[in-house]
Amino acid sequence: MTPAVRVQDLDVTLDGTHVLRGVDLAASTGEWVNIIGPNGAGKTTLLRALLGLVAFDGEIAIDGLSDRRRSARARKVAYVPQTPVIPPGMLVADYVLLGRTPHRGVFAAETANDRRIAAGVLSRLDLGGFGERTVQSLSGGERQRAVMARALAQQADVLLLDEPTTALDLGHQQDVLELIDALRRERGLTVIATLHDLTLAARYGDRIAILARGRVAETGPPADVLTVQNIAEHFGASVRIVDDPEGPVIVPTTAASAQNGDQP
Amino acid sequence: MSDSQPNGGPHVVLEASGLRPRSLAAGLAAAAVAVVAGLTIGPVDIAAHRVALQLLDGLPGLTIDSGLSDAHAAIVEQIRLPRVALGLLVGATLSVSGATYQGAFRNPLADPYLLGIAAGAGLGATIAITSNLGDGAGVFDAVPLAAFAGALISVTVSYVAGHLGGRSTASLILAGIAVASFLTACQTYVLQANSDAFRQIFAWILGRIATSGWSEPALMLPYFVVTVAVVLRYRRALDVLAVGDEEAAALGLEPRRIRLVVVLAASLGAAAAVSVSGLIGFVGIIVPHTVRLAFGSSNRLVLPLSVLFGGAFMVLADLAARTALAPAELPIGVVTAFLGAPFFVLVLRTSRREIW
Repeated sequence: MTPAVRVQDLDVTLDGTHVLRGVDLAASTGEWVNIIGPNGAGKTTLLRALLGLVAFDGEIAIDGLSDRRRSARARKVAYVPQTPVIPPGMLVADYVLLGRTPHRGVFAAETANDRRIAAGVLSRLDLGGFGERTVQSLSGGERQRAVMARALAQQADVLLLDEPTTALDLGHQQDVLELIDALRRERGLTVIATLHDLTLAARYGDRIAILARGRVAETGPPADVLTVQNIAEHFGASVRIVDDPEGPVIVPTTAASAQNGDQP
Repeated sequence: MSDSQPNGGPHVVLEASGLRPRSLAAGLAAAAVAVVAGLTIGPVDIAAHRVALQLLDGLPGLTIDSGLSDAHAAIVEQIRLPRVALGLLVGATLSVSGATYQGAFRNPLADPYLLGIAAGAGLGATIAITSNLGDGAGVFDAVPLAAFAGALISVTVSYVAGHLGGRSTASLILAGIAVASFLTACQTYVLQANSDAFRQIFAWILGRIATSGWSEPALMLPYFVVTVAVVLRYRRALDVLAVGDEEAAALGLEPRRIRLVVVLAASLGAAAAVSVSGLIGFVGIIVPHTVRLAFGSSNRLVLPLSVLFGGAFMVLADLAARTALAPAELPIGVVTAFLGAPFFVLVLRTSRREIW
């Protein structure tokens, strides 16, 4: 089976800094891959390279995409940024319809089909009655769903999520990740997400890749990648791993407990 | 999953923002009221129905007796009509340019003069006046030509300098501020060296909708058409740019190219407006924001309605400028700010819409 996304030997240099060096990553159709790593490791840059927003050396292959134009890419890859720009005064309906831009072209009006797709996505994400409200007026959780709705309206096969749970409380974090998982199953989406919360990264998604100092340091199933050694090495963090039926739980340890020999 | 049902469809009816018949009618009505007022009110009051008949008489193939004396007919056709036309064109162009700048730069304070058009035009006009190349009257006078050239040069320099400085719109705005400051300093220097021309230059800076026959409206018309045609074509793209360059690019657009096209179109129109009527301030800010407060923020309605309400506002402001102290005329820049500012504050206070 050809992977939906394949990155080979990817190099990105931003303002003279070598941000990504020889990154290899693949995700097959319908797979959910989480990218974890310390701040500044290059996670967002990797997503931006997949979106064609930064110049790179190496190869990025997205299944079925041969056209190099931005609009063609946007029909294949949808993006939920970490801190989306909330356009002042824009109605939720208009905002979600922006997701249809790569399909309709810059100058054309949206079709009845575009409106139907946008309405469907809104009701799927429980925002059915919100079309006439401004995006600004939504709560944090509703906003995140509105941004997701815009990305889903793109009807792309690949969904890139940059820290989708930042700024959400635990309940809303869970809601968003469950939603992504459900949508992935419904639509066969390939999901590549960056996440800070390692326990959540282990719980949702099939594989984890650790990105550190611009390289993919480890990749594999959560239980194989999330080890005390890996986390100490790449995050500089001291943790215990607690085994749970649903996956490893990463618990930070204090300096005092480490001295007491309270190691797993 | 509701959106995958081709026939059932979701219950929610989703409508995109756009120009509704009601808001279009409101804009057309405002423009019509302004035109009627501009044609009928003045030192000589002329009944509206006679004005209408006189205008119909002017159409090819129609001969109607409006009942106006030759002198009154001449006032309508030779004096007021060109002036109203110029007011419509200048007001519409400045307003739609302002709306475009605000959308393209995602900045509510952006106006058509953001990239140094005012300073460039001011310097051009000052040089032309102080070198006695012209007196600031008439279209083929050196003053409007020098102002037009100065405006376009300053926008070009700002754009080039801004893009050398980086990729953000902020660097472009800062470049515009630097260019404007530099050109204003040059203008002040020229002015100090030629203080006898101060009054004339000051009058030019405050702006006017003055016509000698149809030459000014005729000069303005092609720029108005180009600006409005380009900018309206890009109205949907400007709505996408509202989410920022990065997200707009992720949605398949080329934000920098779009910004270049619309800003150049808006600048061309604004430069032409400045060269025929001087620096009329405030219009490019208050008209688009009033439209947003009254009708909504989508560029699909803000841009076309700015054309209509901007034209109407300028015709009414010019009416006030020529009647308030008649027979003397107030500079129109004074009127747009004196009437426009309180009106805008009122709209700001009463509207419940979030626009920025």
